Amino acid sequence: MDFQYGWLLNLICYLPLAGALLMMAFINKENSTAIKAWATLVAGLDFAISIPLWFLYKPGGAEFQFATQFDWIPSVGVQYLFGVDGFAVLLILLTTLLGFIAVYSSFTAIADRQKEYYIFLLLLQTGMLGVFCSLDFILFYVFWEVMLVPMYFLIGVWGGPRRLYAAIKFFLYTLVGSVLMLVGILTLYFYNAGGLAAIGLQGLGNVATFSIPHLFTIAPMIPANVQFWVFLAFFVGFAIKVPMFPFHTWLPDAHVEAPTAGSVILAAVLLKMGTYGFIRFSLPLLPDATLKAVGWIGVLSIIAIVYGALVAMAQKDMKKLVAYSSVSHMGFITLGMFALNEAGLRGSILQMLNHGVSTGALFLLVGIVYERRHNRMIAEYGGLAKVMPLYATFFLIITLSSIGLPTLNGFIGEFLILIGAYNHSWVWALFAASGIVLGAAYMLWLYQRVFFGELTNDKNKDLADLNRREQWTLIPLVIIAFWIGLYPKPFIDRMAPTVDRVLERVAAAMPETETAAGRVAEIAAAPGEPAAGEHGE
Amino acid sequence: MTLAQFVPFLPEIFLAGAGFVVLLLGIPLGRRGVRPLTLIGVGSLAVTAVLVWLVGRPVDGPVAILGGMLVVDRMAVFFQLLMLASSAVALAMAAGFLERSRYGGGEYVSLVLFATLGTLIMASGGNLASLYVGLELMALSVYVLVGYFKLEVKSNEGAVKYFVLGAASSAILLYGISLIYGSLGTLDLAEIHASLVAVPSANPMLVLGIILVGFGMLFKVAAVPFHVWTPDAYEGAPTPVTAFISVAPKAAAFAMFMRLFLGAFAPEVEYWRMVLWVAAAATMIYGNVAALTQDNVKRMLAYSSIAHAGYALMGLVAANQMGAWALLMYMLVYSFMNLGAFGFVILLESKGYAGEEIVDYAGLARRHPGAALGMLIFMLALAGIPPTAGFMGKLYLFAAAVEGGYVVLTVIAVIMSAVSLYYYFRIVVQMYMRDGSEEGVVPAELLHDRWTEAMIAVCVVITLAVGIWPAPVVGWAKSAISAFGL
Repeated sequence: MDFQYGWLLNLICYLPLAGALLMMAFINKENSTAIKAWATLVAGLDFAISIPLWFLYKPGGAEFQFATQFDWIPSVGVQYLFGVDGFAVLLILLTTLLGFIAVYSSFTAIADRQKEYYIFLLLLQTGMLGVFCSLDFILFYVFWEVMLVPMYFLIGVWGGPRRLYAAIKFFLYTLVGSVLMLVGILTLYFYNAGGLAAIGLQGLGNVATFSIPHLFTIAPMIPANVQFWVFLAFFVGFAIKVPMFPFHTWLPDAHVEAPTAGSVILAAVLLKMGTYGFIRFSLPLLPDATLKAVGWIGVLSIIAIVYGALVAMAQKDMKKLVAYSSVSHMGFITLGMFALNEAGLRGSILQMLNHGVSTGALFLLVGIVYERRHNRMIAEYGGLAKVMPLYATFFLIITLSSIGLPTLNGFIGEFLILIGAYNHSWVWALFAASGIVLGAAYMLWLYQRVFFGELTNDKNKDLADLNRREQWTLIPLVIIAFWIGLYPKPFIDRMAPTVDRVLERVAAAMPETETAAGRVAEIAAAPGEPAAGEHGE
Repeated sequence: MTLAQFVPFLPEIFLAGAGFVVLLLGIPLGRRGVRPLTLIGVGSLAVTAVLVWLVGRPVDGPVAILGGMLVVDRMAVFFQLLMLASSAVALAMAAGFLERSRYGGGEYVSLVLFATLGTLIMASGGNLASLYVGLELMALSVYVLVGYFKLEVKSNEGAVKYFVLGAASSAILLYGISLIYGSLGTLDLAEIHASLVAVPSANPMLVLGIILVGFGMLFKVAAVPFHVWTPDAYEGAPTPVTAFISVAPKAAAFAMFMRLFLGAFAPEVEYWRMVLWVAAAATMIYGNVAALTQDNVKRMLAYSSIAHAGYALMGLVAANQMGAWALLMYMLVYSFMNLGAFGFVILLESKGYAGEEIVDYAGLARRHPGAALGMLIFMLALAGIPPTAGFMGKLYLFAAAVEGGYVVLTVIAVIMSAVSLYYYFRIVVQMYMRDGSEEGVVPAELLHDRWTEAMIAVCVVITLAVGIWPAPVVGWAKSAISAFGL
């Protein structure tokens, strides 16, 4: 654990909270300009101070860096333990950037109760950042639940017509998952310490602690049956968040009803919490159960990929289409992850970023046209390329990034995942590749119906093209899409230590033969120079 | 017996005296005297608290006084301070409400003081007889308080139901006590414990006695299937009384429950544990599910308090060290978050009458953002969402149950606490997502009453402070349960 610059991580995490409290106290709710300016300043500053993490993180250094540690509730071994590895750094940067964009994109979309809106957005930001920073299970859990509350309000107050239903559904679904996860956490905690009396489970007798780095060290000692139940408890929590099939039903409701910024944050960051949880906790802490679960999680992921894509294709509502495409894309991420080899895991993490960038941008784009027309039905549009050329260009770039066109980010992620999946089993790769084809189909078809052809609907004749502010919400995402697409090495470098450590921990429970495939993948997965013919399109 | 032996009993003596003084002062002061009498009541509770602290401070292990009738130990001090504090908060909240009503304050304040006295004895009783006396003193005062608005049908109905069922449960409790006395020949808790440790007994008479005492206690904490009085009594009682009875008497009942089952009857744990397991599970499930459909906030909070008794019972089922201190901590946390929530019910007035319906909260966030935020915090706390004290309280109860190995019970508990979010958030939906201007809705007025508002503020501070920095309370609760030797 490296404690250097620990204060920086705390500052990044709590700055939005402080900003929200100051806004609550000092800014008048009628003063719309000041509210927006302040929220933008806080979110922008938060992004600015998180950039140093990118440079200060030492891939060869300690596993967790920028750490802070002190006792929080000493009598039960709860610590205030902050620290991040490269994987978390990437997600924090994604969060602060998207947080800023979410604030910046809401200026005209939200007209009612602006003060509360920006307060909730900033609180949400602290909650999400805290999840990625926490290395103590209870601290992690606190942030994990805290972030549900502002999201609930964002959907419930500023959402669409069925917002109340969608908001409470979102809250209850995730809450049920997380409380079950809590039972799993407690089981691990007592297994590490005194054991569970009535069911005769002997503990290890260590000092009671919720510290995640410590629990990593006892992972190989946890017996298989305990691993199974804890894995199941974690699985429910994370799978609902991802969401994996069949726990995905809250997602379309939440996405469709949420305001644009809410959808952006939900897609870009909140869904990543589930996959983050898998990689941070399930895989390294419960390697034995992970290996046993690979088969059925693979099946669930494949169902999500194919089913999500097919349902997306049938949607008439743009936002719903993007929402179901998320189900499909998240299926890719879990598939790559549970291939349990280097290429798959790297691709999975990279695809988490890609999905955040591309889907976040797609929701922004849908929101922009919704703001003008208050209608998201695909049938209402057509020929938009003629009146909104700039909009059409951005939409095209993001569409291509989402379907994985080479030189754009989606390609690298999907390609790595495909290699990983292929190394696990060619069946996985086959289904994954079919998902890419379907993805291209529904996205390009969407693009065709909305932008090409004649301007059939008179209401669309006078639509204004993107204004300066809207362009600037999209430009950073487009830059990142190209950056990852052309030169992903800095990203891969930063996540590599995490991937190696996770695989090392999983390998402890793995029979010798299975690891060989991973080695081959390593050679094939040299990023940036993939053979075109292997790609599944 | 010398006079010096009564020194540790001073807090109780003082409180009894204060109760009589207030009762007498209430006669000449009548309705005008609500605030001065409340002030005297709160003052005497504060003095009692200081006395409790002075008496209990030097004590480390249990010290038996008055021939073993009462025991002064750290747990007694914890519970007594908690009950004095929550009674004081409940009393101060009530002042404005009583002033608006047509009933005087003298009897009200003195009854609260007497009920609090009963709860003090329940927390420190060392003998089945003294515990029973404390329980009845508390219960009789509370029956009257529930029917305090004597011209209102609901208040009367609640009081009668409570009284009839309460008397029946007291009879069951007494019967259990007599069976225990019959089998062991003593009422003293320490002696019962010692004889059960020496000779663990499967004597059916004794086991039946313990189970019957358990039933009596389950009634007092409002656990399923002995909960039926709760919704009616809570709904019928004047709101400040509901606030009071949902807190101090419940905490006292749990204190007594702990003294009996984790103390005296601990060696017989294998006989009573299953009973409490079933009661805990049934209470959590029934309380939470029944609360889902309530449109009256007081009734909803009544079912919610049933559910919370279910969570707390988990600490007894676990019957381990963590379970004991988690229960102590939970009572503290629960008291203040519940009092705070009732504070808003007290302040809300609709059409000249108490705003008890959920729709009365419509649009509160627009008109009174501060109040809505406060209520939101209490609702989050009751649902057990961090960073509020409600989460920290539940966490340790769940942890204790997992440590005991009762994972199934814990899973029931966590699922039910997720369910509870739905009904607590029905109020939040009204406050934040309805604007109260829909057709046919007359938004309720939020009255201004300095005292009630101040008490709500106290509850908000405690709920947040314990949620964010729970270490001191955890440490205190942990040190308070040394008497059980768990």
